[in-house]
Amino acid sequence: MKNYKFGVMMKSLLLAGLIASPAVIADTIKLGAAVSLSGKYSTAGNHTKKGYDLGVKYVNSMGGVAVNGKTYDLEIVYYDDESTPARGASLAERLILRDKVSFMLGPYSSGLTKAIAPVTEKHGVPMVEANGASRSLFNQGYKYMFAVLSTSEQYLQEAVNQIALKAGKPASEITVALAIENDPFSQDIRAGVLDDVNRHGMKVVIDDKLPRDLSDMTSTLVKVKALKPDLLVVSGHSKGAALSVRQMNDLGVSVNMLAMTHCESAKLHDKEKFGNLADYALCAAQWSPSVSSEGAVFGTAGNYSSIFNDTYGYVPPYQAAESTAAVIVMADAITRANSLDKDAVRDALAATDLSTFYGQIRFSEAGNNIAKPMILRQLIDGKYYVVAPANVAEAELVYPRP
Amino acid sequence: MITKNKQNNLLWLGLAISTILPFLFPNYITFLTYIWVMIILALTWDMLGGQTGYTSFGNILFFGVGMYVCAVVQRDMFSSGLDRFERVSEVVVNLNASEYFISLAVGTFSGALVAVFLAVILGSGILGMRGHYFAICTLGLGHAAAEIASGIEYLGAGSGMVTPIYPSGLFFGKEEFYYYALLIGAVATFFLFKKIYQSQFGLALNAIRDNENKAESMGIHTTQYKIAGWSISAFFLAIAGAGVGNVIGFIDPVEIAFSGPTFGVWMIVMAILGGKGTIWGPVLGAIILYSAKETFWTYLLGWDKVALGLLILIVVVYFPKGILGYFKERKQLSNNILSQKGES
Amino acid sequence: MITYLNILIDSPEFLAQLVINGLLVGAIFALIAYGLALIWGVMNIINFAQGEMVIFGGYLTYTLFYQFGIHPILSIPIVTVLLFVFGLLVYKAVIFRLLGEKDIFITILATFGLAILMQQLMQAIFGPDVVTANPELGMMHIFDGKVSISNIQLISFFIAAAVAIALFIIMKYSRMGQAIRATAQNPRAARILGIDIEKVYANTFAINAALCGIGGSLVVMVWTIHPFVGLVYTFRSFMIVILAGLGNFVGIIFAGMGISSLENVTGFVIGAEFQAAVIFCLLVIILVTRSIMARKKRQYIQ
Repeated sequence: MKNYKFGVMMKSLLLAGLIASPAVIADTIKLGAAVSLSGKYSTAGNHTKKGYDLGVKYVNSMGGVAVNGKTYDLEIVYYDDESTPARGASLAERLILRDKVSFMLGPYSSGLTKAIAPVTEKHGVPMVEANGASRSLFNQGYKYMFAVLSTSEQYLQEAVNQIALKAGKPASEITVALAIENDPFSQDIRAGVLDDVNRHGMKVVIDDKLPRDLSDMTSTLVKVKALKPDLLVVSGHSKGAALSVRQMNDLGVSVNMLAMTHCESAKLHDKEKFGNLADYALCAAQWSPSVSSEGAVFGTAGNYSSIFNDTYGYVPPYQAAESTAAVIVMADAITRANSLDKDAVRDALAATDLSTFYGQIRFSEAGNNIAKPMILRQLIDGKYYVVAPANVAEAELVYPRP
Repeated sequence: MITKNKQNNLLWLGLAISTILPFLFPNYITFLTYIWVMIILALTWDMLGGQTGYTSFGNILFFGVGMYVCAVVQRDMFSSGLDRFERVSEVVVNLNASEYFISLAVGTFSGALVAVFLAVILGSGILGMRGHYFAICTLGLGHAAAEIASGIEYLGAGSGMVTPIYPSGLFFGKEEFYYYALLIGAVATFFLFKKIYQSQFGLALNAIRDNENKAESMGIHTTQYKIAGWSISAFFLAIAGAGVGNVIGFIDPVEIAFSGPTFGVWMIVMAILGGKGTIWGPVLGAIILYSAKETFWTYLLGWDKVALGLLILIVVVYFPKGILGYFKERKQLSNNILSQKGES
Repeated sequence: MITYLNILIDSPEFLAQLVINGLLVGAIFALIAYGLALIWGVMNIINFAQGEMVIFGGYLTYTLFYQFGIHPILSIPIVTVLLFVFGLLVYKAVIFRLLGEKDIFITILATFGLAILMQQLMQAIFGPDVVTANPELGMMHIFDGKVSISNIQLISFFIAAAVAIALFIIMKYSRMGQAIRATAQNPRAARILGIDIEKVYANTFAINAALCGIGGSLVVMVWTIHPFVGLVYTFRSFMIVILAGLGNFVGIIFAGMGISSLENVTGFVIGAEFQAAVIFCLLVIILVTRSIMARKKRQYIQ
């Protein structure tokens, strides 16, 4: 009943062509966010910030958020967490206590989210986060944290399912190699892959943890060359993705299936830089402009993509899309709560069931989004094609990797 | 300058204010807690770096060791949490109040002892070196520690560890508790170090700085003094580490426990900024640097690290003697017409 | 672990692959380490920003490639000159104030500040993305295709070797080279003999920067770079210089290639996560052993 009030309001405003009285300067609702604008997460941190900014801009341009008959504009107070978790917590505290933000948006990366969540919990400030996928965030009993994205163990689940289907031999004979960076987030992905691999009864032949200041993958890739696994999983942020495709080529390593994360942030699709080195790699993604989801604020996923492209000059990576979705979810919850009270908004968040351009959003008890699947895309000639799961696939997976 | 009596009065006044600060500024309590941490870091670094002139880039090792040992004791003392979960980094330990504080105390103390043990073992190896080699070797230590901790599954490997949840419903909240705990830690460090520097032992440390060969030929076993000094530093540094691990709530091997580019460098810059080789210098440097960092750098979105880099350059190149050293030199200059500047 | 060791024993071609790869890329590290040893020996300065200079050189090559269409290998001379000038600027701005500093570690800390500054500025200028300049030169296979060598690594090796030889000739026969060596031996005597020490120092630092630039050009062609990866190259240079011993320039070449090969093999056998730790521990053990040996003779290493 109330759930769709926000959406209906947005739509009617859109249709009426912004009839809200623009002469009155609206009051603002302050949201706080610590994002990584410098340091190693700064690429993704900037996507996050742009996603938030675009979300706020559109929510505001469509009349803002109505609470008790009064409309408010959203405004975000940003700090730079320098990509270090040690700073995250104190910045969260500063946002809540000194800047008196009403609600929080998440930082980039699971590590930072881990550092910030205890603070927002303690002060009872609802936080919608879009970039902390680590499943260890969701077993802490946090009540005020909600994540719009799929959790880390789902990242490469589809890749493991696909190799089971395509390899053409019993699962117990399928060999898997893991080259995964030794940081909390990537290790969570590894845990998810290991669960799936064990469930299928496959064999892990290489399980390397790549150092965080990764500069050379020779030793791991020569192992891959020696053992010829059916599936090679690489996850090490953008540097791991870029380095592995470069070095696989230089060392003459080939596998039947190569599954990766962070293809997009590593710009593997940029043919000028990587040529066709990364072709037929499978890339995990939270979202793609080609998915068929649709929502009130931005319309379809494709529509969001072109709005983002017009604003910032590039196709939105999923980090930006999920950040925008977080703003939409927050605005929706405030509207439904019809109050700025923190607990009321928290309860409204918990009851969220919203269609957005990013996908359906519905939270579990633990606060993670259980309504949106991860997708698996295959990179062919500079373009990503969704190949799994089956119900959203737009192309058949090419196997083995030529 | 300031007479001793006046100085003591100031000190007591400062302490009195410190104890009521959390009530005056409850919103700033984490920031204030970190000030005490920073004071411990700067003071302990100065024991070797300032008093003996041995620049260690690896003191962060003891900080991280204290953090890890304490967290492991807290996790395993009253529960075998490891059996219940597949992954160490996901273990969440819930302890009741007495279990929490007993394991914290035991953990902190064991962390400090392990750190002292390491300082003695490693110190007897590397404190015989001098100059660049010593600096690089300590740098290697800190870095190696981070790499090793990232490889050990028992410590959660690269995923790190979560410290136990602070028991609820106590008179003291978590923030207040750690504020006072680290306040006591910092004050104890300060007074102990002050005593040490006034003693025979302190003179020996300074003799090493002024001329190690001469000190040695006068019969001072310089390496032993250095080891002793390093061990004392390690003890208090590990305590600070144990506290910080619990304040942050989770431990990451590279970015929190053995974080050379943050805590590891700050401790050096703070001590130099205030004036190394003095007791008040590190304290002053810690307060100034950390306050400056928290109050205005945070607003330089994306440029705060540039500011840090510039600050290090400016302090080190133009004011290598620090704030206290600068005033001392000015005073000497006015007393002495001859310039103090030496030829290379 | 045993499995991986068995692979190396059963199929030595993989061992060959690891070692050959290590030897080839080790030459690049040796070049960078040589620069470090040069300013360490001549000016008594430890440059913590060594790795950042390497990355800076890499970004210049990358920019010249994608913005101006200059092939990465052809960009090397340009980058060398640019970094030489950059080195002179840094010398004038920071380094010369540190000379004659009795407290040696001041130089480490100051160059560390420089390193942070360079990281951040590079991020601001070139962006935080991972970049690579792939010269697409193909590869060659030996031992029935079991060992693959990319041509760019081979070319890098020869470029590094050529630069080393050129440097050797410059140091040995040119006026400036002789002045640098004289200053390294005894600055005071050099000054008395009419050598402009200031100029020698400025040139030495600039030569180091130029070497870093060449190293960076090769690094961006062989691997990938991003603004925060400099420390890896700084540490590697330290290790090579320490292993070889200061002033032992032939040793630097062998140490550079040896450490890289060893790292590849350890990574293969015990896993990538312990690769760096093993090398660091080795460094500490080497230093401690030397220190203990020296102490027996009532000396110390400095």
